[in-house]
Amino acid sequence: MAKIVGGINVTHVPYIGRAIANNLQQDPYWKPFFDGFPPVHQWLAKVKPDIAVVIYNDHGLNFFLDKMPTFAVGAAAEYSNADEGWGIPTLPPYIGDQDLSWHMIDSLVENEFDIVTCQEMLVDHAFTLPLELFWPGQHPCPVRTVPVCINTVQFPLPTAARCFKFGQAIGRAIESWDTDARVVVIGTGGLSHQLEGRRAGFINKEFDLMFMDKLVNDPLWVTRYSVPELVELTGTQGVELLNWLTCRGALSGDVTKVHGNYHIPISNTASGLLAMEVA
Amino acid sequence: MSSGKQKRVIPGTTLFDGDMARKGYALNKMCFSFNSADNRAEFLKDKEGYCDKYGLNAEQKQAVLSLQVLDMLAAGGNAYYLAKLGGIFGLDMQDIGAQQTGVTKDEFKAKLVAAGRK
Ligand SMILES: [Fe+2]
Repeated sequence: MAKIVGGINVTHVPYIGRAIANNLQQDPYWKPFFDGFPPVHQWLAKVKPDIAVVIYNDHGLNFFLDKMPTFAVGAAAEYSNADEGWGIPTLPPYIGDQDLSWHMIDSLVENEFDIVTCQEMLVDHAFTLPLELFWPGQHPCPVRTVPVCINTVQFPLPTAARCFKFGQAIGRAIESWDTDARVVVIGTGGLSHQLEGRRAGFINKEFDLMFMDKLVNDPLWVTRYSVPELVELTGTQGVELLNWLTCRGALSGDVTKVHGNYHIPISNTASGLLAMEVA
Repeated sequence: MSSGKQKRVIPGTTLFDGDMARKGYALNKMCFSFNSADNRAEFLKDKEGYCDKYGLNAEQKQAVLSLQVLDMLAAGGNAYYLAKLGGIFGLDMQDIGAQQTGVTKDEFKAKLVAAGRK
């Protein structure tokens, strides 16, 4: 059966793409963020995943308000990045794994997660930049991919408890796939930030650090909060932490922290990085 | 136009729920079109005509033409889509944050940095 080697959660911000394109990794503004990644690169070189299941939210590239799925799973041979409107360089396409996609789709629906399936799917910065950070400069990306998109744009959003269960169902799906593939699960977004309104610029370091700490060994801690409470605690976009929680849900058994990093700010965001290994 | 349900009040924050998604549909649809460089160019050539093409109401059109982000939000705009409009004018998230909170860009950036020292 396929093996989940672990999970990595990381912030996504469009301007990371510009920083990479302009080689600003050692620039004083960006250094505290980019310096978080070498230990993750070393861990990935050790655990050698073949496939990444990437849990993220779309920001208006593939999905619009005309049709807004709560959960969507990609089932394409290839996923293209495209212009999001900001002139940040578009990255080359990512290779899919349709066998795993359809196995996950079958298993998730069987387990009562009635997801939307996408045989064509554009992937935005929330999908591409984490892969670029984990496998810098490697084109095509050396792992095959399955995108899993969660609505964090239009309320109501799925509850934290639902996202954790969705992650558990993703984990069971992967681990019941009859191959010897090695899979890393990635969750992207957060941590605390708010782009809009009179509370723009809101950041909550205390909550973020607690969340990162609890996520490793007590992930259900955050399910005590409703989605509006999470918005109050982490900001309107901080609620993207639901993607982190879904990723954590996919990890079962003994989970240990490999590496973490936290830095404020990049753009308007408290940036977080958390790699976890499954025994 | 409202669902009439009780909503949690978060200071300085509006949840983009069904009421807002209905109210802001035309504005957000226009902003979604800005993923295309051709559409961005067409907008810049005739902003008012482009707003009309997408059926923006007077409040939305006024907010867009005056580039007032809080007004766009009040008219149902969603941050993820409005960011694409901001991009056309070369505004980054610190410009937009400063405008909404009534401070200079440097003050806004300093506030972000201070949040990391707490
Ligand atoms: Fe995001």
